[in-house]
Amino acid sequence: MHFVWDWGYTWEILPVLGRASIITVEATVLGFIFALVFGLVLAIARMAGPRWLRWITIGIIESVRSTPLLIQIFFLYYVLPQFGLILSAMVAGVLALGIHYSTYCSEVYRAGLENVPKGQWEASTALNLSPFTTFKDIIIPQAIPPMVPVLGNYLVALFKETPLLSAITVLELMQTAKILGSESFQYTEPITLVGLFFLVFSLISAVLIRRVEYYLNTRRKGLL
Amino acid sequence: MIADSTNETPRVRFENVSKCYGDLKVLDQLNLDIAANEKVAIIGPSGSGKTTVLRMLMTLEEIDDGVIYVDGESLTHMKSGDTLVRANRAHMRRMRANIGMVFQHFNLFPHMTALKNCMEAPVTVLGLSKNQARERAVELLDMVELGGKLDHYPSQLSGGQKQRVAIARALAMRPKVMLFDEVTSALDPELVGEVLNVIRNLSEKHDLTMLMVTHQMGFAKAFADRVCFFYEGKIAEQGSPEQLLNHPQNERTKQFLSAVLEAG
Repeated sequence: MHFVWDWGYTWEILPVLGRASIITVEATVLGFIFALVFGLVLAIARMAGPRWLRWITIGIIESVRSTPLLIQIFFLYYVLPQFGLILSAMVAGVLALGIHYSTYCSEVYRAGLENVPKGQWEASTALNLSPFTTFKDIIIPQAIPPMVPVLGNYLVALFKETPLLSAITVLELMQTAKILGSESFQYTEPITLVGLFFLVFSLISAVLIRRVEYYLNTRRKGLL
Repeated sequence: MIADSTNETPRVRFENVSKCYGDLKVLDQLNLDIAANEKVAIIGPSGSGKTTVLRMLMTLEEIDDGVIYVDGESLTHMKSGDTLVRANRAHMRRMRANIGMVFQHFNLFPHMTALKNCMEAPVTVLGLSKNQARERAVELLDMVELGGKLDHYPSQLSGGQKQRVAIARALAMRPKVMLFDEVTSALDPELVGEVLNVIRNLSEKHDLTMLMVTHQMGFAKAFADRVCFFYEGKIAEQGSPEQLLNHPQNERTKQFLSAVLEAG
């Protein structure tokens, strides 16, 4: 048996995979936006909430981080309906990705805020800045630049985990490739193309993240 | 000019103020009056509570016991009906407007230029227009001889320059009381002079009450109306610079001063 690459078949499935890639990108973007927002909620609850809320938040963060994403995806899609909550495969998948990565994002926010030196808070108090101004003008601008590369890495990581959604029949790239393969018994082309697609998009994202990082670093030449 | 004249409200009054960190008593029933425009130098060994005095007045530390008054009004407490209760945030913010502070490690905002550092609070807190705030900031930065560095970021300035920006930034809020917390301790020796010069000018030309924690005995002598020697959370001895530094009475003061002189 020797290696065969069927170019005719490749051109035939490319548009199908192209449409599926839109679903993959959608799941990535929506999942990551959810992770960014919910991660901020978790970070605030953990840092500034009343004691009981802090403990609940820590519990949520730890249990989400200590269990596999695939199980969380299955849980949202197959177990929640038992409790009367029926989600479409796409919604369940995006939610699972978003919740999973929000726990990582919350840690990034926390570390970023805690890395701003105490003296910055004290100077803000001494100048009588309101808590809102302190956050907006002093703390956040210093906390965000170091967060960008870390959040960027999580974006790429989340993107690379979207094939897990194929397990609950979301018609993203991987699921589409599997269906194509099982119809034609030709797996080489669809699976290779999917791999290439992930490679290209990951590289593009990496370059974009570097750009943002560079921009933020030159803008805050201040940091000691 | 020791400020216990009873007919005048002191600018700042500490009344039986105590502060603990866990088991450690950093301030023990402190009583201290500071008159308007008085310049007070606070000296003492480390851990004697001298920095804590400034930090409490700036509301960076809560006090455990006692009351602090500014112009006769309690900083730490407020009236609720007939009783005094702990000050809430709004009360603290109003009282805090009287006080400015310069820190040992400058604490400039690293992402803002010297000019922006001095404009931030006047714009967001006092509600000055950008132009008014800029005018005020430029004038103050000129005064500390940094008129040529308006657009420099803190990382582009020397330690002495940073500290002078910090002084201008605090003054931009027009406080009545200025606190200086070991402002030259983090500086290379050759940069100390430029900062002390600015403070000396300030004390001569402006009506400001000044409290300064310092290790520079020579400067304390030239600058202060009164020197307070802190030891173990109390004022062990106080008096005019001449009296306290040249003719100390208290055994602890003598020990401390000879140790400081030996160190040069």
